[in-house]
Amino acid sequence: MDKKLEPIVKTIQEKFSAAYYEEFRDEVHLFVKPEQIVDTLTVLRDEYNFELLSALTATDYWPQTEPRFHVIYQLTSLAKNLSVQIRVPVSGDNPKLPTTTGVYAVANWRERELLDMFGIEIEGHPDPRRILMPDDTEGHPLRKDFPLGYEEPQFTFNFDEIDLRKPYAKE
Amino acid sequence: MAQLEEVSIEKFKHLVSERALTGETMLLNMGPQHPSTHGVLRLLLELDGEIVVNCIPDIGYLHTGIEKNMEAKTYQKAEVMTDRLDYMNTMGNNLAYVMAVEKLVGLDDVPVRAQALRVILVELQRIASHLVWLGAFGLDLAAMSVFLYCFRDRELILDIFELVSGQRMMTTYFRPGGVWRDVPVEFEKAVRDFLKIFPRRVDEYEKLMTKNPLFVDRLVGIGHLDKDVALQYGVTGPTLRASGVDWDLRKSRPYCGYEQYDFNVPIRTEGDTYARYLVRIDEFRESLKIIEQALNKLPMGPVRSENRKFVPPPRSEIGTSMEALIHHFKLWTEGFPAPKASVYSAVESPRGELGMYLEGDGGPKPHRIHLRTPSFDNLAVLPEIVKGHFVADLVAILASIDIVLGDIDR
Amino acid sequence: MGIEQKLGNMGVVTTSLESMVNWSRTNAMWPMLFGLACCAIEMMAAQASDYDMSRFGMELMRASPRQSDLMIVAGRVSKKMGPVLRQLYDQMPEPKWVIAMGDCASCGGVFNNYAIYQGVDEVVPVDVYVAGCPPRPEALIHGVLTVYEKVKGEKFKDLVVS
Repeated sequence: MDKKLEPIVKTIQEKFSAAYYEEFRDEVHLFVKPEQIVDTLTVLRDEYNFELLSALTATDYWPQTEPRFHVIYQLTSLAKNLSVQIRVPVSGDNPKLPTTTGVYAVANWRERELLDMFGIEIEGHPDPRRILMPDDTEGHPLRKDFPLGYEEPQFTFNFDEIDLRKPYAKE
Repeated sequence: MAQLEEVSIEKFKHLVSERALTGETMLLNMGPQHPSTHGVLRLLLELDGEIVVNCIPDIGYLHTGIEKNMEAKTYQKAEVMTDRLDYMNTMGNNLAYVMAVEKLVGLDDVPVRAQALRVILVELQRIASHLVWLGAFGLDLAAMSVFLYCFRDRELILDIFELVSGQRMMTTYFRPGGVWRDVPVEFEKAVRDFLKIFPRRVDEYEKLMTKNPLFVDRLVGIGHLDKDVALQYGVTGPTLRASGVDWDLRKSRPYCGYEQYDFNVPIRTEGDTYARYLVRIDEFRESLKIIEQALNKLPMGPVRSENRKFVPPPRSEIGTSMEALIHHFKLWTEGFPAPKASVYSAVESPRGELGMYLEGDGGPKPHRIHLRTPSFDNLAVLPEIVKGHFVADLVAILASIDIVLGDIDR
Repeated sequence: MGIEQKLGNMGVVTTSLESMVNWSRTNAMWPMLFGLACCAIEMMAAQASDYDMSRFGMELMRASPRQSDLMIVAGRVSKKMGPVLRQLYDQMPEPKWVIAMGDCASCGGVFNNYAIYQGVDEVVPVDVYVAGCPPRPEALIHGVLTVYEKVKGEKFKDLVVS
């Protein structure tokens, strides 16, 4: 681990119980609970100059349900040239997270993406609409139980079947 | 086929001012098919006469499902998807992806020649991308001739890309562990010719635009983006540097040997549309500097790693060596496994920080790949900076933050 | 240079109304500025200095569907964009033609997934498919000339005016 990161990780672990970290290829992944995320981000932003929320995304471990999702906050400190990743395990049934829009404004759209793509409910979000998919979409595409929606290539045996889907294809 | 939905004000009630509900201000739909939105972006504008009161971007009209589709492919095959992500910066996307893969599997013996080639091509791509931006920026400000000049010069770069990869735009030239194959002998001459021609051309653009009073009047003081607001919204790249933040991943976290090259990071503190224009013009010159140094230093040697577990053997070996044949067969039928872990790696694209979050599951396919695309966050700041400006200025501001819709919607 | 002077030299040309109308259509075809994705950049390149599509009477890209008679679908069509594309097509005046530019618009290309229409012919009728990912500007110009060939062979009685 980077020397400059050690005190930061230590403070977070002291402040928030049950926080632990993992390391892989010099990247530090700090695990916190969903209810602690807003405070963690606030501490990191205000006390340790992590000004930039580089990425906010999630990953789905279906069929595992407890926890099913990890929500990932990639933070960057411009002043110290440091990065740290905060991971929040979220349960599979009725996934919920508090909004972090108050800490980083960029979280607004990124959280809408979480809502759209993973169906993670964001509590207190100012504008909880779908962002990428049409409003009438059923399901959440980036979940692992959502099919890719593959369409077979058109061969002689399924020619008619696929042709039906292309009503405007001429001769 | 789905029908076009009726848009009611109920949906946007919490985003517009109260005056819109009484009909005092007008709600106007701009896009998704509009010449000035640089693709299929829809902006819902609340207008008080000509003044923008609120701007609500609606994205997703180019949502391609790239992230999901990449999860269904092996690591080598997923790379073609990254080309189509931000289609002005194909080489840069490839670079971000192969760097993420190399970091995930621990492939750290990429040869020096491959690194240098990557730098040259990525910087050429940066110039090409800025040229398209400059052309479109000119068009939006009614300067048609700039567009024609920019595309003339862009063809020179695309010819170089075609020379090395066989494709003009979707190159997929970088591969995990190096590049696809060595560049042909004509490569060096082509790049040197470009280096000879292009500085004059940049001066030409500057002569056309930089001091042009019509141009300056439309840009200075328009769309001011404050440093703190920019950081809050996660804005990166030239847009951030025009607001006075010295942050360039090529300098602060050098990759591919950027630390050996001598170049400056152009910074402006004004934070307006004109500053964003000047920063990009300066980046042309800095990129040229990097290309020249990298080309002078370009060492001879292999262009692919020797690690046969991840990199296919050269074709000449396949006919003579049994192991090479097995490796080749295994790599192209099965792919290579990656550990069950995750990495985040980022490069500086022409638009900002292009990050890849890549997670393996022990098999040959990624478990999750997230593309942290710069345009997404850069666009999110638009509602903040257009408030109080004219609709005509909105077009200039939108052009100046240089969005690519493929980058936003993924 | 009035028409009187010309008439003296040229005399009278006899032709069918059909071929005259078709000829005039091919020489002033206004495409709609409808860039969706990657192919839009190549479409811009085809318009710009090196390839210069105005050689074929196509220098005017119209932003409004109501002024255009050729729709070049340049790029992938997502499920969210499909209805919009159909509405734009419906707004174009008859007669109208469609070019599906690139693999994504022709058949879905590499994006065989939930978000993309597997070919724009699920949404609008297509006259010419241009292959390539993205097609070179020459390929697009060839596609346009193929549309011209098609237009030249059209008969009034086949035109469906809705």
